[in-house]
Amino acid sequence: MTIVLNGSTHAGAATVADLIEVHLGARAPRGVAVAVDGEVVPRDRWPRTQLDEGAVVEVVTAVQGG
Amino acid sequence: MSLSIAGTELGSQLFLGTGGLPHLSLLEPVLYAARPALVTVSVRRTSGLAPGGLLDTLIRSGVPLLPNTAGCTSAREAVLTAQLAREALDTSWVKLEVIGDETSLMPDAVELLDAAETLVRDGFVVLPYTTDDPVLVRRLQDVGCAAVMPLGSPIGSGLGILNPHAIESVVAAVSVPVVLDAGVGTASDAALAMELGCAAVLAATAVTRADDPVAMARALRLGVEAGAAAYAAGRIPRRTTARASSPVSGRIG
Repeated sequence: MTIVLNGSTHAGAATVADLIEVHLGARAPRGVAVAVDGEVVPRDRWPRTQLDEGAVVEVVTAVQGG
Repeated sequence: MSLSIAGTELGSQLFLGTGGLPHLSLLEPVLYAARPALVTVSVRRTSGLAPGGLLDTLIRSGVPLLPNTAGCTSAREAVLTAQLAREALDTSWVKLEVIGDETSLMPDAVELLDAAETLVRDGFVVLPYTTDDPVLVRRLQDVGCAAVMPLGSPIGSGLGILNPHAIESVVAAVSVPVVLDAGVGTASDAALAMELGCAAVLAATAVTRADDPVAMARALRLGVEAGAAAYAAGRIPRRTTARASSPVSGRIG
């Protein structure tokens, strides 16, 4: 199964929490937000939000900006 | 001087952007020198988290965060970015930017108003980056924006306030606070904004790309304070002829 993670094809994961753990090395890192298919997934729903084939996932954090 | 936006008292009339600092190690001394009311950050894709990074420094400083939607070119993109920022940073405040032109970085008025309306309905405290247009800022106020942020000149240009009369018109057009955003190059620009009746000034590049960002942070803070004090004091009217300040009577000869 593959998903689109931050614009690139990527191996899928069962849930958002699993994906974040693989991608960022922590299950609930501070300052991170996730959207799946254009909808924000609140942090407390990461463990039970399943990722379907082809899901478009955005993982963002704060960076320097004006 | 105090500033209140959406019922929240802010401790200063200077907002600081973090974009462009050459070293993250400068952030703490810059924040100390500027003592900003709010500090802006952007939201971007991440593939890893550096410990001791930007967010840690900002949280340690205690300055409230104002995420922006910089780089967004449509209402849809700006709304999702704002929602992600709210989730990531635990704040419903957003500096709403919807850019319509990559060269001038001018706001897209139509998309901006659309995004502002959607975000206000979704519970956000919306501070839109806007052109210096009294009609548009009134429309932004009407859809529920908590402040308006007109540009003095293009983002990062350092050209100061190119049209002071337009900024005065914006101040006169709305009852919400007006925050001058974009174009500030040095302390006198910040002072002028306050003398024109703005409630606050946002500076990013002016500080972060100055030769000495810490010294410029202090200079802008003082510029804002001086301008606000002068506005409150009430300046003399401009005259086209001289008016002696020494007595006319009692001269010798």
